[in-house]
Amino acid sequence: MRNASRGGRAPQELWLGLVVLGMVVVLTALRPNFLSVQNVMEMMNATAFNGILVSGLLVVLIAGGIDISFAAVASVAQYAALTVANATGAGWGEIVAIAGAIGLGLGLLNGILVSTLGIASIIVTIATQSVIYGILLTVTRGQDIFTLPAWFGDGVDLFVTTDAKGNVYAISLQIWGLVLAFASAWFLLNRTRFGRQVFALGGNPEAARRVGFGTTRLNLLVYGYMGLVAGLASLVQAQYTQSVSPTALVGRELEVVAAAVLGGASLDGGHGSVLGAILGLALVVIMKNGLALLGVSSYWTDFFTGLVIVAAVAGMAARARRRWHDSPGLA
Amino acid sequence: MPDILLRTVGRTNLRLLALLAVLCLAVAPLVGDRLFAPAGLRSMAYQLPELGLLSLAMMVTLLSGGLDLSIIATANLAALAAAAVLKAAPEGAGGALLVAYEAGALLAGLGAAALVGLLNGTLIGYLRVSPILATLGTMTLVKGLAIGLTRGSVVSDFPPAILFLGSGSVFGVPTPLLLFGLVALALGILLTRTPFGVVLTLMGSNQQAVRFSGIDTRAALLRIYVLTSLVAAIAGFVMMARFNSANAAYGESYLLVTILACVLGGISPTGGFGRVGGLVLALIVLQLISTACVLLDLSQFLTLAVWGGILLSVSLIAAVRDQLRPLLAGLRAPVPRPAAPRA
Repeated sequence: MRNASRGGRAPQELWLGLVVLGMVVVLTALRPNFLSVQNVMEMMNATAFNGILVSGLLVVLIAGGIDISFAAVASVAQYAALTVANATGAGWGEIVAIAGAIGLGLGLLNGILVSTLGIASIIVTIATQSVIYGILLTVTRGQDIFTLPAWFGDGVDLFVTTDAKGNVYAISLQIWGLVLAFASAWFLLNRTRFGRQVFALGGNPEAARRVGFGTTRLNLLVYGYMGLVAGLASLVQAQYTQSVSPTALVGRELEVVAAAVLGGASLDGGHGSVLGAILGLALVVIMKNGLALLGVSSYWTDFFTGLVIVAAVAGMAARARRRWHDSPGLA
Repeated sequence: MPDILLRTVGRTNLRLLALLAVLCLAVAPLVGDRLFAPAGLRSMAYQLPELGLLSLAMMVTLLSGGLDLSIIATANLAALAAAAVLKAAPEGAGGALLVAYEAGALLAGLGAAALVGLLNGTLIGYLRVSPILATLGTMTLVKGLAIGLTRGSVVSDFPPAILFLGSGSVFGVPTPLLLFGLVALALGILLTRTPFGVVLTLMGSNQQAVRFSGIDTRAALLRIYVLTSLVAAIAGFVMMARFNSANAAYGESYLLVTILACVLGGISPTGGFGRVGGLVLALIVLQLISTACVLLDLSQFLTLAVWGGILLSVSLIAAVRDQLRPLLAGLRAPVPRPAAPRA
């Protein structure tokens, strides 16, 4: 089973890239406005929350773990930050600090539990998800916040321009948040000592421990980072939907996991790349957007998403098996 | 602790029984005897089987070292397939014709579930996709199919014989509880007393070894995932009968809770170890907490938090004990022990 999802990195991305490119070509041919600036920006805005989480989850997956609790963490961070903003008139700096601190704190808690309990991280984070989500819903009674500060509604748009027809284009909070998230994940994984240790930990935890990496410290960093990212993503999502709902995010965890693994991140740890994660995310987003542009009823979106996931994992497995048979000395 | 007790009941189950006793003692002063009043027991007996049957489905794959995230989607698809057949029955059909349609409905549900199981089994056994990936995909696919075909709507109003599965009782025993008991018993026998059960649990401990001993692990995986789907279908029928309706999105919040229940019940999440009895005890613990929360007028969401907290506490106690074991052994070591002849 181990070898099934273990693709070499470049080929997986090449293959995914070709599929994504193919979809883009077909959709552009059928619906010329698919590649319009407006549509591309809308796709990025809509996927920002999931995308930012994918960038965080990628680090956890590479370290050989998994996190199911991030949506619950994000819900708490969102609710607390904007409740404070509404009550005290706090600004961007404060809510970013609050959401980030809550995310980081809950993430570190996951890291401590994963390191000490000696049970699989999927079990630990299912348990913490239940606890966090249960307490959040009890405290908030499941009520949404609809009135948000005006400055929050405006967002943080960069490079605002208006075209001849009067359409306004801007790099929204969602878009630059998404780009920053992937950039920092890339930097963390590829340009820091911590990143190399994360790959080593996921590739062979026992070896990493014997080499003398502090595995507890690494787990704290990995889950803490995931929590921090979830906390910040929650603000991006709240700004996009212009509301805060304690119930809207939980239940979407597996969507995020799906996007990350479509991009070739192995659930066994040690493998995965930022480019792959972006392509996995793009695959799902483009397909959903394309189906809408082609006029397919939204009731069928889940079906096609599932079809793409099943086809992709089957294809990945088939390629992994071929390599298994071709490599001498392994079979 | 007497050896015989440890061997027959098992360490995990003894711990769960202790947990159960502690819970009863802790909750009793708060809710008095309302918890075990007939009405309380009745409501528990109708609620437990839903999560229970789904957890049994999850248990089968966990034991084999896998995981099936598609059980809820499969349960709903089975219910919708059954509903479609029931709705196809001509107006005012009665007697033998209606019975035929009802039987056909259940068969259609089981058939639809078996197809999902075949797809999972093929992906996992023959294409060697990791179970979490494969079932993540089929979960989305199956749910999407159910939403697409029903346009997200609810199918309702079923004949009394179907509703009996969810709200009836036989000699005072609620039918859902009876169904749960039968499925649990059957799975218990299947897992411990049949060659297939032995292969299934061995796969969980060491799949390579099973393959090298000449067993077709691919075919075994196929059967394991079909079995899980069939159990999920029964859960789907119970949900459909209890709500008198079927929908693509029922019971979704149960998905992760089934894993929680299994792990609490001593089913090893990496496979190979665990007993049906442990899961049943864990489900009773969870149901008791849930009912106590209702009686104490606490939010139903707090129940979820307490469930997660219980799992974390149980794991924490086990982890602390493992840490302390070498220490305790060291303390104990110098004391000389007389060699007692073993009986």
